[in-house]
Amino acid sequence: MYKIVRKKSLNPTVSLMEIEAPLIAKKAEPGQFIIFRAKADSERIPLTIADFDREKGTVTIIYQIIGGSTMELDTLGVGDSLQDFVGPLGCPSETDGLKKVAVVGGGVGCAIAYPLAKKLSALGCEVHSIIGFRNKDLVILEDEFRKVSSQLRIMTDDGSYGTKGLVTNALETLIGEGNQYDEVIAIGPLIMMKFVCLLTKKYDIKTIVSMNPIMIDGTGMCGGCRLTVGGETKFACVDGPDFDGHLVDFDEAMHRGTMYRDFEAHVRETSCNLLKKEG
Amino acid sequence: MAQQKNMNPERCPMPVQDPMIRRRNFDEVALGYTYEMALEEARRCLNCPTKPCTTACPVAINIPAFIERIVNEDIEGAYQIISASSSLPAVCGRVCPQERQCESKCVRGKKGESVGIGRLERFVADYHREHSAQPPVLPTQNGHKVAIIGSGPSGLTAAGDLAKDGYQVTVFEALHLAGGVLVYGIPEFRLPKQIVQKEIDNLKAIGVDIQTNMVIGKILTIDELFDMGYEAIYIGSGAGLPRFMNIPGESLKGVYSANEYLTRINLMKAYQKGSKTPIKHSKKVAVVGGGNVAMDAARSAMRMGADEVSIVYRRGMEELPARKEEVEHAMEEGIIFRTLTNPVEVLGDEKGEVCGMKCVEMELGEPDASGRRSPVVKPGTEFIMDIDTMIMAIGTSPNPLIRKTTPGLETNKRGCIVTDGDNGLTSREGVYAGGDAVTGAATVILAMGAGKAAAKAIDEYIKSKDAADA
Ligand SMILES: Cc1cc2nc3c(=O)[nH]c(=O)nc-3n(C[C@H](O)[C@H](O)[C@H](O)COP(=O)(O)OP(=O)(O)OC[C@H]3O[C@@H](n4cnc5c(N)ncnc54)[C@H](O)[C@@H]3O)c2cc1C
Ligand SMILES: Cc1cc2nc3c(=O)[nH]c(=O)nc-3n(C[C@H](O)[C@H](O)[C@H](O)COP(=O)(O)OP(=O)(O)OC[C@H]3O[C@@H](n4cnc5c(N)ncnc54)[C@H](O)[C@@H]3O)c2cc1C
Ligand code: SF4
Ligand code: SF4
Ligand code: FES
Repeated sequence: MYKIVRKKSLNPTVSLMEIEAPLIAKKAEPGQFIIFRAKADSERIPLTIADFDREKGTVTIIYQIIGGSTMELDTLGVGDSLQDFVGPLGCPSETDGLKKVAVVGGGVGCAIAYPLAKKLSALGCEVHSIIGFRNKDLVILEDEFRKVSSQLRIMTDDGSYGTKGLVTNALETLIGEGNQYDEVIAIGPLIMMKFVCLLTKKYDIKTIVSMNPIMIDGTGMCGGCRLTVGGETKFACVDGPDFDGHLVDFDEAMHRGTMYRDFEAHVRETSCNLLKKEG
Repeated sequence: MAQQKNMNPERCPMPVQDPMIRRRNFDEVALGYTYEMALEEARRCLNCPTKPCTTACPVAINIPAFIERIVNEDIEGAYQIISASSSLPAVCGRVCPQERQCESKCVRGKKGESVGIGRLERFVADYHREHSAQPPVLPTQNGHKVAIIGSGPSGLTAAGDLAKDGYQVTVFEALHLAGGVLVYGIPEFRLPKQIVQKEIDNLKAIGVDIQTNMVIGKILTIDELFDMGYEAIYIGSGAGLPRFMNIPGESLKGVYSANEYLTRINLMKAYQKGSKTPIKHSKKVAVVGGGNVAMDAARSAMRMGADEVSIVYRRGMEELPARKEEVEHAMEEGIIFRTLTNPVEVLGDEKGEVCGMKCVEMELGEPDASGRRSPVVKPGTEFIMDIDTMIMAIGTSPNPLIRKTTPGLETNKRGCIVTDGDNGLTSREGVYAGGDAVTGAATVILAMGAGKAAAKAIDEYIKSKDAADA
């Protein structure tokens, strides 16, 4: 069992948990993820390792409460334990030789982008971060990003905080100001990553995206997480989750992501009702 | 006790659930012999002195000897004889391809049906499980530590044998549940999970430590395991990497690998009412392939409520690699067999959902190097099958995780770990391997046999090292 040692709400739908998992903490690198099961009959759900403390032996996850499994996770608190917690899975993000990078995070994707921005900055790379949210209430990790970025642009869809607009607007502005990036790293909703890639293709800047398809085992056994990258079939859990964004077939990934929409809606409803009764 | 031989040319039939009922439930299909049926069938064995059946069993169970004990109504004695060679009789009695192994050489099979060896083995194992209340004996520890990677039949067997020899054994399993294919692949209706669980509980009772959620190669490498004091390592990580066909449309919604489909149903319990695991509720399903995996996927789809399920296989009925019994059961349950047929494209609608499969007809050409007649496309035979789900069961290969993180571990071009002869020694000192990780997808009994052989080799290796140090 994996004990929860800290829990914090970051915004109304996003929370952070720090979990005791010494072996994973020892090995974890930015870009990798874990798969958890909250209880003995729960689904297996992947979440990025948002931070880790090798000394304390803990791993931090940041999750958006969007469906049955994340609601169930959120019912647990400090002192409770998760049934299963397996990792570190996937390949660490490549950071070698990067001197100047734009990190683009969208919504909860910022949780995935942050550890990478932190590592790059620690390695002496110049980090420009652009983080985007629907509105002011949803902004997360602002201070954390500020600490590791030489430039930080916050965008909101409705202009209630930072600058009104999309992350792509900010990225294009920075590029227009003459910033030459070795790489753009874009992590967020598929549609955001797709548009960042369309933009960077125009400027011919290498772009890495972090894909989050539906997963089960996370070890390369089921093939459910497959994507088409450069015309080849790749398994996001073992070959990724980072891929060259200019090669990813985003439209296909968007289709596959909706595979269980009806089922999920149903589970969400029953979970809501259950939690209401318990609460 | 002079017992009359039973000279009936036919075997005592196995009681089974009615096909029209079982095709919609996940309860076990074959119900097992009663005590009387087992005695009756056991009396068909001629106790041949040359034991042709035993020579055809990959682990050489002394078949006439255990059957004789049944005749003498000493079921526990029969169990002891089987246990000397096999650690998973309740499993093998259910899933071994008997008709190609022990039963293929049975003398009674020449003029009638062979003795139902698998069924008797199953009976003995089930009887033992239900009646023996002997508390497990904790073996005396010899102070040596061995690590096992993977908890499939291969790893579990190696773990059991080493624990009995006094080793402190830790099994590292990537998934949250131990058992390998026995829990994530083979469905409940063929192998009840409670039987596998019981085997695992027995191992725990004799001191085997099973650590789930440990993906070796990620959380720990083989070299780190040595640093932690394990003196030898057995890799039984199976062949779980699914193969795809590389035809257009494979990424459409409704295309599954058999591994994904079966994992959702078995390991993640999608077959149970109220399960939180999503799975497509299909109407018309095509399963591509002809092995046990294909049969399991097809029969599971039927049980999940599909209206029509077809097996699409590129060779003929005679060439189906699945166990004969599974093919017969599948046919009784109404699975359609479209043999000499091969898909060339999966078709999708505007929402990205599968809506059909384009196929071609095949014919069998000249025998190839393996002696099997290879299928060739019949020109101009393209047609479209109306389906909403396609499940690919065309084979698996070993997962590359361990190979990629273990320097000096030799593998062949199919990704299988290379071992030296029968004892499972790899190109790394102290590292042994066996089961599907070495052979590619094979059978439970072979995986188990490899685990046994390696356990013996590991014991000898550690003892000889000890002697050298002394
Ligand atoms: C490598 C990876 C890293 C991720 N990191 C984070 C993270 O750091 N923070 C975060 O909030 N989310 C992350 N996600 C997404 C997270 O896994 C999903 O939000 C979660 O599974 C939703 O489950 P649910 O039951 O609460 O919602 P549901 O209502 O079941 O599903 C909502 C949506 O989540 C996705 N989803 C559902 N089940 C799965 C599954 N088994 N695997 C993957 N996606 C699924 C689907 O796109 C679905 O449409 C990551 C996903 C992957 C693959
Ligand atoms: C659907 C299906 C039906 C079958 N039907 C039959 C049948 O009727 N009769 C028959 O004889 N055979 C059958 N087989 C084949 C048989 O199940 C296999 O040959 C056998 O299970 C192989 O055993 P194994 O121990 O080598 O590997 P597996 O059973 O595959 O076990 C390997 C284990 O290792 C774990 N693992 C993998 N990598 C790692 C890692 N890096 N770290 C930690 N753990 C790891 C896996 O999660 C798994 O639990 C069937 C197979 C399938 C898939
Ligand atoms: S283990 Fe398999 S081959 Fe050997 S006797 Fe039993 S059923 Fe036959
Ligand atoms: S070959 Fe058949 S009849 Fe002869 S000993 Fe074996 S099981 Fe009995
Ligand atoms: S999650 Fe199963 S192969 Fe990637």
